Amino acid sequence: MSADATIRSNVTGIPGPDLTPTATVLDKPLSECKVAICTTAGLRLAGDVKLWLDASFTVLPAAARDLQLSHFSPNFDRSGLTADINTAYPADRLSELAEAGVIGSVATNNLSFMGAQMDATFSTIIHDSGPAAAQVLLDDDVDVVIFTPV
Amino acid sequence: MSVLSHVFEKAGLATVGISLVRGQAETVKPPRILNVNFPLGRPLGKPDDAEFQTSVLMAMFELLPRTDVPVLVDFPEMIEEQGSEPSSCPMPPRHNPDLNAAIDEANGLRNAYDRNLEATGGRTLLGRVADVDGVVGLIEKIIEIEGGASIADVGWDPTAAIAASQDIRAYYEEAGLQLADNTGARQLETWFFHQTETGQLIRRARDGMRDRNDDKLATTYLAPMTQG
Repeated sequence: MSADATIRSNVTGIPGPDLTPTATVLDKPLSECKVAICTTAGLRLAGDVKLWLDASFTVLPAAARDLQLSHFSPNFDRSGLTADINTAYPADRLSELAEAGVIGSVATNNLSFMGAQMDATFSTIIHDSGPAAAQVLLDDDVDVVIFTPV
Repeated sequence: MSVLSHVFEKAGLATVGISLVRGQAETVKPPRILNVNFPLGRPLGKPDDAEFQTSVLMAMFELLPRTDVPVLVDFPEMIEEQGSEPSSCPMPPRHNPDLNAAIDEANGLRNAYDRNLEATGGRTLLGRVADVDGVVGLIEKIIEIEGGASIADVGWDPTAAIAASQDIRAYYEEAGLQLADNTGARQLETWFFHQTETGQLIRRARDGMRDRNDDKLATTYLAPMTQG
């Protein structure tokens, strides 16, 4: 079994919170929407790097590309995003789609969390850092958020 | 990530996410998810392939109008990791036989690391607990741990030990990007942990920590769980 298959097998079936999916309905076409990235790769701005273990988030200015990996887990490939940050954080691709008119615009800021949470209840994310992060994007009139894990 | 999408939708943001572990997405049921069978760590699939990355984003955007949530759609293309075939990196010859082999090796990779730094415009994943000039100092502490010292003995708490291992790995993998042609997912990881002096040193240090019942967090995350 490959390393990825082993890890997928290990994490599949881990129980999560029982949440009822809801869908926000867009009231305008994608070509008029402001789009943000929320990555759970644990990326932080250069100079703000640390080994990240908690459920907090950090704000990444959309133009920033000098990002460093703070995710605590060694259990995923790093060489892809080392060679090209868009492999996990497609900020350049979103800018191109905005220029092409496919999306309306890119958000002022993107967000980053550390994805492999050790708190199985996710209570901090559900009640504290998650709503606070959403508010950062709402204050910027963001319409759409794309999530990228590692 | 899947939990966050629930929170964001409830706040009034339309979301669509990528899943790298289908079973996890099935459990947490995020509203709209594109499952990709790509290597862990590469959610957009292919580095330096803008066309492919854009195709993944467009597949995500196609899910946005869907309100019959939860929606889980599989991206049609599969990319497998290649960790069973380590990168082929021509290593610098032993320069100073008086030095520990791992330290001599690390010194010999500095030019390759610097070339990669130039190629990326200065972007590096190194820097959690040391900059490039501090890598040898980190390896010296790993040598002490391999010799029987605890992580506390060398002045580290568990997170510092994990961060040090990740900084050393980043230095090697970034140098490796300049030395190898085959850098598919996990190929540099396998090269580092199995074919370099320092990677093997870290694995031996981890095994010793496990035998001595040193800190469990540090022991678990000093090296990837699949690098036995």
